Amino acid sequence: MTITKEQLESHGLKTEEYKKIKELLGRDSNLLELGIFSAMWNEHCSYKSSKIHLKKLPTKNNIVIQGPGENAGVIDIGDDDAIIFKIESHNHPSFIEPYQGAATGVGGILRDVFTMGARPIALMNSIHFGSPENKKTQNLLSGVVSGIGGYGNSVGIPTVGGETKFNSTYNENILVNAMAIGHANKNKIFYSKAKGLNKPVVYVGSKTGRDGIHGATMASAEFDENSEEKKPTVQVGDPFAEKLLLEACLELMKDNSIISIQDMGAAGLTSSSIEMASKGKLGIQLNLNKVPCRESNMSPYEIMLSESQERMLIILDDKKEEEAKKIFDKWDLDFVVIGKTTDTNRLILNFDNKKVADIPISALADKAPLYDRKYTKSKLYKNKVKIKDLKKVKIEDALIKILSSPNHSNKNWITDQYDQVVMCDTLQKSGGDSAVVRIHDKDKAIAISVDSSANYCKADPKSGGKQIVCENWRNLISVGAKPLAITNCLNFGSPEKPEVMGEFVECIDGIKESCEFLNFPVVSGNVSFYNETNSKSIFPTPVIGGIGVIDNLKRIVNIKTKKPGNLIMILGKTIGHIDQSTFLQENYSINDGPPPEINLINEKNNGLAVLKLIKDNLILSAHDVSSGGMLVSLAEMSISSGLGLKIFKPKKFKNSFEYFFGEDQGRYLIEISKNNLKNIEIFLKKRNVFFEIVAEVQNDTFEIEKIFNLKIKDLQNYNNQWYTKYNAIN
Amino acid sequence: MKSSVIVFPGSNCDRDIAVALEKLQFKNSMVWHKETELPKSDLIVVPGGFSYGDYLRSGAIAAKSNILSEVIRTGKKGALILGICNGFQILIECGLLQGALLRNSGLKFISKDVLVRVQSNKNKFFNKYKDGEILKLNIAHNEGNYFTNKKHLEELESNELIPLKYCDEEGNTDLKSNPNGSINNIAGVFNKNKNILGMMPHPERMADKILSGEDGLGLFLSLMN
Repeated sequence: MTITKEQLESHGLKTEEYKKIKELLGRDSNLLELGIFSAMWNEHCSYKSSKIHLKKLPTKNNIVIQGPGENAGVIDIGDDDAIIFKIESHNHPSFIEPYQGAATGVGGILRDVFTMGARPIALMNSIHFGSPENKKTQNLLSGVVSGIGGYGNSVGIPTVGGETKFNSTYNENILVNAMAIGHANKNKIFYSKAKGLNKPVVYVGSKTGRDGIHGATMASAEFDENSEEKKPTVQVGDPFAEKLLLEACLELMKDNSIISIQDMGAAGLTSSSIEMASKGKLGIQLNLNKVPCRESNMSPYEIMLSESQERMLIILDDKKEEEAKKIFDKWDLDFVVIGKTTDTNRLILNFDNKKVADIPISALADKAPLYDRKYTKSKLYKNKVKIKDLKKVKIEDALIKILSSPNHSNKNWITDQYDQVVMCDTLQKSGGDSAVVRIHDKDKAIAISVDSSANYCKADPKSGGKQIVCENWRNLISVGAKPLAITNCLNFGSPEKPEVMGEFVECIDGIKESCEFLNFPVVSGNVSFYNETNSKSIFPTPVIGGIGVIDNLKRIVNIKTKKPGNLIMILGKTIGHIDQSTFLQENYSINDGPPPEINLINEKNNGLAVLKLIKDNLILSAHDVSSGGMLVSLAEMSISSGLGLKIFKPKKFKNSFEYFFGEDQGRYLIEISKNNLKNIEIFLKKRNVFFEIVAEVQNDTFEIEKIFNLKIKDLQNYNNQWYTKYNAIN
Repeated sequence: MKSSVIVFPGSNCDRDIAVALEKLQFKNSMVWHKETELPKSDLIVVPGGFSYGDYLRSGAIAAKSNILSEVIRTGKKGALILGICNGFQILIECGLLQGALLRNSGLKFISKDVLVRVQSNKNKFFNKYKDGEILKLNIAHNEGNYFTNKKHLEELESNELIPLKYCDEEGNTDLKSNPNGSINNIAGVFNKNKNILGMMPHPERMADKILSGEDGLGLFLSLMN
């Protein structure tokens, strides 16, 4: 048979790519084989446009056990404890079907973590929606939030935090990035590399249905007005099956029967079997009649390309089948030997006693196309904004406007739908700089933060890339954690556009620079291209998920101010960088100028000083200064504790707006007791950290001396209203 | 004291409750739902979670499992039984407790710390608390909106069979302090003999000082009393 042009198009393959397929096979492919190639060679699975750039990122240091390339990254946090984590996008499916798209995003990332032997201990997410006025936004927001909650709550893993942002750039392409974090013994980590000949290949978990066929291919193309027709490519999640699969796998992992294990994620049975064989330099032979199917008369094409959820592929050691099967029987899950490893280095599929596909493994994995796409240098936003030329606003009005805006409002409406405390180890929920989760039964914890700054990245991708890594680092430090490593989810438009590719390359350069300087390696991640509709791409939105370790549970800090009379000090220099600030966006809808500069030396120096002060028990509360600047960060501390602040008028600063709302980087607000002031000053001077006393904690008034005063209750009200009003049932 | 925690496929607060019990020196065993016999125990806990994925109706399938007939049998003989969250739903579905747990009035999953008032301490579960004491406990459910008929409600109210009601900081049990629409702000109910308790809030989540609080500890201490 010959493959038609239409068939190629519907598989998202280019004519030249098919030429290569023919060369690799030495013949025309049949439709099943074409489907398999399309599943392996799409952008989502092959990283064909991003690979050469991702290689630049630092991925190793003395605490990294496993970097990118496995199901998730693994780091060492001491005492044989390992943390396994990864972030992944589920953007395209969530736009088409928000509940299931988001739910299966959570399910997929959980499997990535427990497939390596970890018990998941926390979930985080970063979700981006279009402007609230866009008619689709409300429905998408409520669907995504209940999907995330619906899945995590049911499996029983706490969703401990994340970020939610609105920007019209996401009107037709929302972002749903989910992160899972698991804990394992560092000597009991499971990998996907197959080993040994004639070993049984076992299918476990839910049955295969007709859902999600070509999901990964769908996620590797842009949208148009007909994108709703793609609904059948979205998978349907069953968190109950996931919970059973999780418990069954962890039970099986207690002994040594597993040689390799891989979850069936994007591109289902196809990618899982090929990945295992390819990593082990082996062949694999499957009998598709054995695959447990949910529906009758499923064709080999459907079986191989289904993205039904909650399934795993396991290669077992000899004579372990019976014991392993007992475990899966206990949990009422399918357990079927569907094939074996071979020495042919080929993927051979049989169905109804006939060979239906025969492809060299290397053709699917290593020989996938690799592109060095053209890219152009990004045009930087250079117009500096002159505050003097703008219409005057009052400082308090500007503050209230920001605190009651969609992007800065209290997010309890969202987080109250997530079980944040199941497992009874959540020490700090969402609402602070980082979530903090205790390692079960131990006197230590990890901190987790997820961050992005799309506006900064659009204005200057390299500087933006640098900034998010730093902000993430700062958020971990603000709770008292030593930052260890990150995972990243890189959300961009079409890589076939040189300007999008330019943004991608520059963001990576920025991320790389910060990660290298801060010794903060990237251990896992995911690239999501084609976040565009009718050729309009989203702002470049790399999302960073960072992990830090806290080795003394008595030294965890939060953003809540503690006691009237205490002082608030700002560390790091305030210059007053107002371009690209929240102040300009919320009050003037101005989105211009360069983002704030990053000084890595100061960033590191200030951060390490804060960590030392926390360790010495000298900091009572801390908050990093980011979006909104110093005044918004001070207000957040007050809102969170219910205590007021008397903020001192800056002495030598010509413009109060630049002083209070400027978004200079590398800054922290810390609460200290007056008794310790002297010691702290001496320490900071010695460390060359710039500091300034900016406020004093007081009872219930939030004020700037001689400028304004507001009741904390009112400030809390301004901050609490937006979500409830927006989502009120009409 | 000996305790048993029943584990269903989909239970997810079983470890949490076991940790709390063991912390207080209960000798605890986990009992798989396919078992047909219960180990000798002074307390049986039906934990929270999503047994059988909440399919059909929360708690409905678990109520038909092997071990439940044993739980029902011992419960009727007077054994102490505690059902938390999904466990409460199961105790209702199997008929050990009366009433129904409907979908939350706001039609959304709710997970947050709430305040509840101890209505009565004259029973095995709350004797270490003061009458009227206000506790901070965590709830996490989709179907926690308790409902029952007028006659049963009167019976519950007049016989001190409602040990916990949702309230505000002053102890008022009004509409504003009611998170899920429960009739009379009911957060937990007893059977007639007060040996079987079902409650939506999770006491095990407030049994460790380093977490959000220790207000749940009193329940376990009461049981040991």
